[in-house]
Amino acid sequence: MNRTARLCATAAIAILGLAIVGLTVGDYPVAARTAIATAIWDRGGEFDFVINSLRFPRVVVAVLAGICLAASGLLFQTLIDNPLVSPDIIGIDTGAATAAVANLAIGLDVRLLPFAAFAGALTAALLIFALSWRGGFSGGRLVLVGIGINALLSAVITYMLVRFPVERVSAAARWQAGTLSASSWDDARTMALVLVVLLPVALLLVRRLRIMQLGGETAVALGMRLERNRVAVITTGCGLAAVVVAAVGPLGFVALLVPHVARSLAGPITVGVLFLTALLGAFMLLSADLVAQRLFAPTVLPAGVVTAAMGGPYLLLVLRRFNRAV
Amino acid sequence: MRSERKVHPFVSVNRAVHVSGDASAPSRPVLNTVQLDVSYGGPLVLADLTTSIPVGEVTAIVGANASGKSTLLRALARLLKPAGGVVCLDGADIHRQSTRSVAVQLGLLPQSPRAPEGVTVGDLVRRGRYPHQRLFDPWSKADERAVARALELTGLSALVGRPLDELSGGQRQRAWIAMALAQDTAVMLLDEPTTFLDIAHQVEMLDLLVRLNRSENRTIVMVLHDLNQACRYASHLIAVAEGRVEAVGHPSEVVTTELIERVFGLRVSVITCPVSGTPLCVPHTHCDQP
Repeated sequence: MNRTARLCATAAIAILGLAIVGLTVGDYPVAARTAIATAIWDRGGEFDFVINSLRFPRVVVAVLAGICLAASGLLFQTLIDNPLVSPDIIGIDTGAATAAVANLAIGLDVRLLPFAAFAGALTAALLIFALSWRGGFSGGRLVLVGIGINALLSAVITYMLVRFPVERVSAAARWQAGTLSASSWDDARTMALVLVVLLPVALLLVRRLRIMQLGGETAVALGMRLERNRVAVITTGCGLAAVVVAAVGPLGFVALLVPHVARSLAGPITVGVLFLTALLGAFMLLSADLVAQRLFAPTVLPAGVVTAAMGGPYLLLVLRRFNRAV
Repeated sequence: MRSERKVHPFVSVNRAVHVSGDASAPSRPVLNTVQLDVSYGGPLVLADLTTSIPVGEVTAIVGANASGKSTLLRALARLLKPAGGVVCLDGADIHRQSTRSVAVQLGLLPQSPRAPEGVTVGDLVRRGRYPHQRLFDPWSKADERAVARALELTGLSALVGRPLDELSGGQRQRAWIAMALAQDTAVMLLDEPTTFLDIAHQVEMLDLLVRLNRSENRTIVMVLHDLNQACRYASHLIAVAEGRVEAVGHPSEVVTTELIERVFGLRVSVITCPVSGTPLCVPHTHCDQP
């Protein structure tokens, strides 16, 4: 078993452990054995509601959302070969959130919300990539343009929250700081569906990303059809980010931080590194959500606040290294 | 005049190139340009440029800064779309062929290639096999052989597991060459492969390329800054000035005081290299006058 596989196995075991903790802790502590039994084979009983309606879906949503976000971050960062180009930093999450809020504000069917979020993410991405294109991509330019688009779209969200009747947009508050507290099996189902489609696509794109990250000229020399593969990577990354935004709101820094951790543990992207990234994303979001729930209990923080608190210092670290390199 | 050239330019002109090529050398050109115009959106950088790359030889493209020599190499590598004329690979427009089928015949080493952080020598070289692999193909014995051979030829077999950032400049450049070698193409294009290397590593690099040319019969095309290195190592010289070809041929035949004056705007004396017998250009400078 090679190093990456060992790391994946370790991460999977850690996730399982955290998931069990997630089922047991809370305002009503439940013994681990009872919690697992209630969740898996002994449904019903005393703790059925607490476990199967509140905690279990929340744990599953945290795992799936973590996988989606981290995989999305890895796709974008590898495409541009820049650790700052991640969907939360360059405004793709905010694009999805803007479309989600607009969906509520104009009173469209909520079942359309994931599609609206995907369209919003894709529109934001195309805008950012088009505006920063100068015969090639530069990570720095992309990040700067992305931060601008991000600010612009945040303003649009705020405008919609103020402009539209409060009863329509009150549910939209969640698109300002993502939280897992309202997670349902519906959310889990949507994310699982998207993952079933997009994870295999992402796996197929790994081999191409390994070529694309050598730079445009080398990639073309190796027979890469750059345009269509860039579009494929961007679309896949947007889909993975958008489904999370649609279900739980923007959760910053998972997509930024996790791929970097995975790369520093296991090296440049391979199929194994993609798996490791996905698992570490699940691990980070699960632990962030547990901290959010229990740190100031009974006061519950949005998970997005905790991921930001974890990711902020890391972002400063990356920027520091960047400055030294320049 | 423009429309006249557009009608099957390579069918007719290519033949003419063949004939004249056959007269002097028996080799058949696989890679050639016909009345090639290239621009980066502004004025033409290459204008009406027709030339061919002799098979199995080492070709050096030389010229002053901004003469279009790198542009010519990039156009040959299909990185630039011509504004007019064609680049032909085996007689057919290179832009009409699938980029993957071109990639198994034609390799390129850009001037400053970009390595992902933490990539090892072996990982980098293996990526050169990309054009030979199909969507669901597993890593094959042929892939493994090509990579092992590329590492051996570049003397990197012992460094296969080392991260690229830990290597010296010369070793790093050899790793990139190994990647291009693993691609296993008959023609290799290199854009200033000796920049950033000290003189010893420059010689080592050029020796390696000539060795590859001789032992593997690979056609080598490189842009070189150093005219004397070009004369020393190339068997075919393409001198470019202001987007046109000023002279082509064996260095001993084409390198003259007049040519260097025309191409570089520099007065030189051309003497015979005491070591190799190839032309050696010694510049005249203002400081020489007493």
